[in-house]
Amino acid sequence: MFFEVERTGTQVELELTGQWRALQITDIERALAAIDLPAGSTVRVGTQGLTALDLSGAWALREFLRRARGGGLEVTFSGAPPDQLRLLDETLASADAEAAAAAAAAPAAPSGHDPVLIAIGRYAVRAGADMVEGLAFLGRASTTFLGGLTSWKRLRPISVARHVYDTGITAAPIVALIAFLISVIIAYMSAQQLRGLGADIYVVDLVAIGVLRELGVLLTSIIVAGRSGSAFAAELGSMKLNEEVDALIATGVDPFEVLVVPRLLGLAIALPLLTIIADLVGLAGGGLLCRYLLDMPLTQFVGRVNYAISPSTFWVGLLKAPVFAVLIGLAGCYRGMQVRGSARELGRLVTVAVVQAIFFVIFADALFAVLFMEMNI
Amino acid sequence: MYPVLEVQGLVNRFGAQLVHDGLDMQVMQDEVFGIVGGSGSGKSVLLRTILGLQRPQAGVVRIGGSDITQMGAAQLREVKARYGVSFQAGALYSGLTVLQNVQLPMIEHLQLSAAALDELALLKIRLVGLSADAAGKYPAQLSGGMVKRAALARALSLDPSLLFLDEPTSGLDPVSAAAFDDLVLYLQQHLRLTIVMITHDLDTIFRTCNRVGVIVDRRMESDTLARIVDHPNPWIQAYFHGERARERLGAARGA
Repeated sequence: MFFEVERTGTQVELELTGQWRALQITDIERALAAIDLPAGSTVRVGTQGLTALDLSGAWALREFLRRARGGGLEVTFSGAPPDQLRLLDETLASADAEAAAAAAAAPAAPSGHDPVLIAIGRYAVRAGADMVEGLAFLGRASTTFLGGLTSWKRLRPISVARHVYDTGITAAPIVALIAFLISVIIAYMSAQQLRGLGADIYVVDLVAIGVLRELGVLLTSIIVAGRSGSAFAAELGSMKLNEEVDALIATGVDPFEVLVVPRLLGLAIALPLLTIIADLVGLAGGGLLCRYLLDMPLTQFVGRVNYAISPSTFWVGLLKAPVFAVLIGLAGCYRGMQVRGSARELGRLVTVAVVQAIFFVIFADALFAVLFMEMNI
Repeated sequence: MYPVLEVQGLVNRFGAQLVHDGLDMQVMQDEVFGIVGGSGSGKSVLLRTILGLQRPQAGVVRIGGSDITQMGAAQLREVKARYGVSFQAGALYSGLTVLQNVQLPMIEHLQLSAAALDELALLKIRLVGLSADAAGKYPAQLSGGMVKRAALARALSLDPSLLFLDEPTSGLDPVSAAAFDDLVLYLQQHLRLTIVMITHDLDTIFRTCNRVGVIVDRRMESDTLARIVDHPNPWIQAYFHGERARERLGAARGA
């Protein structure tokens, strides 16, 4: 199909025919490999029958000629060798020379340490540097914020309002729904256990204290970390890729002032508000379940909630919200600003941002729990 | 000679804005055809229509004789394997190295052994004047000129006979742009390519193009380079006889 072979004595005549194109390269290679070349024969290649020869086709021919010449055969062309072959030779000859030069200048072999040890060391050094950079990021965001306190305008109120809307108001429905479902789950599970002890009334204590102190703020923060932490990282990351951040710096605008601080501030306002919503809906869910599962009148539920909690229960939960907000915002903005180079890097850092935001939130919550316990609150 | 690419009666409209209204265009084999037009005249829309990225309201786009606007996905895939495109900003896949960028169309369309894949891709990279050193780099590590060359290497990966170049020299310094023009000419002559390029660069037009199509008033006026410069349309006159063009025109006529 791609050539005809004619053998006369030790002479092998190879007449190329048809189209030698990239799209048929596999068939061409296979057909060429199947040609039997006995030692001592001479090969004559004719190209008059070719209707098309592209570079991939020429490459396959060149590989075949190399194999023949490597086997000690004499190869000639009847007529001029095709142009494409010469182009290929020129291109590859300069490549070989360059490769030889590169090999001569190759760096020394690496040290004989255990590769696992090297990997651990690399990771540790990178993690350490990452932490220092993260702290520097926090420091810079803080000083920019403090500097912004001197004038209302420098705090970018319009931008902050936009972020309150994006991270807070649009998140309210999902936060409310999840708070409702979680408090229903707690009430339902605890009711099953406590009923056997005749202590149904403590279901109210569990729901009220659990939702207000811990679950309201924690679940809200985790949802917001997934929603807004990723949004911050993706938005800033693509701005970095598009050189928009560089454009800001070149215009003399501090990206921390217009990008980072408004996000942190907006989230620090939005998250406590969301937490209040989550608390309210959570208590409502608990009340509803008590009414229909335990036949407890709503008045009794409200009275018991009043008895079970002190004012500090609510404030302890709410106090954590702005702290979590700053942690989420920092993880998102910091990772976003680290993006450089490629779309893959953007995806990686958005993932890192969300995972770290959630980790920071839960870790900080654990610290708060210990702290409040020691303070007897 | 038969037209490799033929556009007839093309109409493109976005809402109330009419971009093309009965645009005709013919590109013959072995030509370098330049598409010229003012900003917003619809050069990119024309290219997107030819590439099948955008369906026209009316008109016919024939590549190699068959109308791509009527094709199903499988047929279109076969047509696409026969042409190469280099986008204005390179459009290199940022998560892949230059070598992997060049290999991607090969992996999708050809069945090659790993060794052949590497060799053929490196060959294309060498062919556009990049060093083997650049093959392992990611697009973000390349200079503007190298991105253009890498994009060209990827466009050449399937050895197309038809090549589309969108502003191949924009953003390059005059020396690099001239080198790129020479490269395009060299490849065109050695690989017998038909090239369709969108460009604003007068140097590129006078250096490389045989024929030029100018988009004016939502249609295309096309002719050989020597004749199009005398076209009476005021925009074409302004384009080829403006302050910046006069020098080159003299040089081109003198030659």
